[in-house]
Amino acid sequence: MSRSSKKGPFVNEKLFRKVTKLNENRSKQPIKTWARACTIIPEFVGHTFEVHNGNKFLRVFVQEDMVGHKLGEFAPTRTFRGHSGRKAAAPGAA
Amino acid sequence: MPRIAGVDIPNDKPIWVSLGYIYGVGPTNSRAILKEAGIDPQRRAKELTEEELARIIGILDKSHPVEGALRRQIQQNIARLRDIGSYRGHRHRRSLPVRGQRTRSNARTRKGPRKTVAGKKGVKELGK
Repeated sequence: MSRSSKKGPFVNEKLFRKVTKLNENRSKQPIKTWARACTIIPEFVGHTFEVHNGNKFLRVFVQEDMVGHKLGEFAPTRTFRGHSGRKAAAPGAA
Repeated sequence: MPRIAGVDIPNDKPIWVSLGYIYGVGPTNSRAILKEAGIDPQRRAKELTEEELARIIGILDKSHPVEGALRRQIQQNIARLRDIGSYRGHRHRRSLPVRGQRTRSNARTRKGPRKTVAGKKGVKELGK
């Protein structure tokens, strides 16, 4: 079930403040974050986030198309390296 | 036989059923369209006048993507998910379930016919 529209999209407060600050200073530093559940809002476009995937921080450059998705969707938490015995298995998603 | 949205040729079924032969129109849409056009859903497709058909086509054109246009739209939506590198895009690329279903068993619609792996636990040796 999707989220009630009464509440609006979920945006991590701290992250939002940080982005607003960067927007004021016109700087584009990468932001380290664990807030995978945070919805990407238009203010985030053009920023780089380093989203934690449980192991390390993966760089996510936010494009316009990503608005409405969650940060976590762009930092995969699992690496599938293929089954044993099967040659030329696709390398796990970076 | 009337022709609506290009190739679709419904027949002498009730018109709301006939409209369902168009890709992108199901029972709900079909009834909604007929209500808007002011046509009794129980009438047969062949009984409709040219003018009534034109009204249905007009409604389809302005508010419902069907057939090729709808297919293209769906493909574009999937392509978008792929291009932005989202999780759902990756699942489409690998043709695995996109909405978090289990893949340990089942998921045959997405994965296609079973690919048996010899020597795997639970697989009876072939030819015995």
